[in-house]
Amino acid sequence: MDRVRLATVWFGGCSGCHMSFLDLDEFLIELAARVDLVYSPVVDMKEYPEKVDVCLIEGAICNQDNLDLLHKVRARTKVLVSFGDCAVTANVPAIRNQLGAGNTENVLQRAYIDNAQNNPCLPKCEGIVPALLPRVMPVHEVVRVEYFLPGCPPPASNIKALVGALLSGATPKLEGMQLKFG
Amino acid sequence: MAAKTLTINGLQISAEEGATILQAADEANVKIPTLCHLDGVYDVGACRLCLVEVAGVPKLLPACTTKVVEGMEVKTDTERLRKYRRMTLELLLAERNHVCAVCVANGHCELQAFAWSLGIDHVRYDYCFPKWSVDNTHRLFGMDHNRCILCTRCVRVCWHIEGAGTKNVSGRGGHARIISDLNQPWGEADSCTSCGKCVQACPTGALFHKGSTVAEMERDRSKLEFIVTAREKKQWIASD
Repeated sequence: MDRVRLATVWFGGCSGCHMSFLDLDEFLIELAARVDLVYSPVVDMKEYPEKVDVCLIEGAICNQDNLDLLHKVRARTKVLVSFGDCAVTANVPAIRNQLGAGNTENVLQRAYIDNAQNNPCLPKCEGIVPALLPRVMPVHEVVRVEYFLPGCPPPASNIKALVGALLSGATPKLEGMQLKFG
Repeated sequence: MAAKTLTINGLQISAEEGATILQAADEANVKIPTLCHLDGVYDVGACRLCLVEVAGVPKLLPACTTKVVEGMEVKTDTERLRKYRRMTLELLLAERNHVCAVCVANGHCELQAFAWSLGIDHVRYDYCFPKWSVDNTHRLFGMDHNRCILCTRCVRVCWHIEGAGTKNVSGRGGHARIISDLNQPWGEADSCTSCGKCVQACPTGALFHKGSTVAEMERDRSKLEFIVTAREKKQWIASD
């Protein structure tokens, strides 16, 4: 059997979902024998490759970089999984949406000017620091998503259930407490 | 009192005249999901989760406010009902800011539990992200409007069980919200006896004990049952 080309991406989230992925413990060894991890925060790969089979997406879509990479990920991947509450609901990163129009200016002002102890200034560097989007979005508001794995973070057992089903060619079916938000 | 016979999901049952479909179903061990019903207070049909199909009636009826009728044929779990229940819950989740990960009631929330038990893995509607406040002016309790689903359980326990009449609903539609006294900060509402029944009744993390942090708040509903039993059976005993 061909090895599955697996990727993981990290958008607006705390990396807790990736930490939970590492909590798969010995299943990671089994996984390593069956997949090629072709793109991930834990491997050194600069460009999202072509022909990816499965991609786990952590985080909400918060800035222009997230948005550009997400469209690339969708175009180059067969199966997308919204991985964790930030990807599924936009969660904590989207709390700034409550501030309405102008929230990007407000949060930057609060973080980099009001609360700055040294050198208060707004981070502006064209081409290096990506601009915040006016509204933080869950992944499925931007592109089609095949499967959803809620949880903050999703427990390793649920990641194993979903990824295990995908590897065996079955349709993942999470139910009951496996779908708990938070 | 006369008995009425009816069927629920094809099961033949009898119920007392004046009973609601929800009560009849409960006695027959048929579970109908609801977020606004609370044993011991009157029903208002606010959450629309308990909608059922009744043969011969084209529209869906709330089980909590519809009385049983002789020969009634009720269905509680059809494809159509599951579709509407899922829709109702998703709309509730999208309407305010239910960020489960940072909620005092995480893991002890009826809205969250219905979401997973009805198989909701994501919300298909755009989240509204409205701006709501938190009222932390009361000495013992807080009210987080971000997490309120307007079930009005707090209003009904406050008026009907405690008899204080502090809690009320102000505004309409999406602007409706729970208020204290004449729309004052809760801490300045003179009628509040600080009994805490509203906190025990709340299905979500909208009403909470001060000092609880994420996932720490567990309710003790037996305190409400105790008073309801005392009122209805004249017995000052805990139900279990």
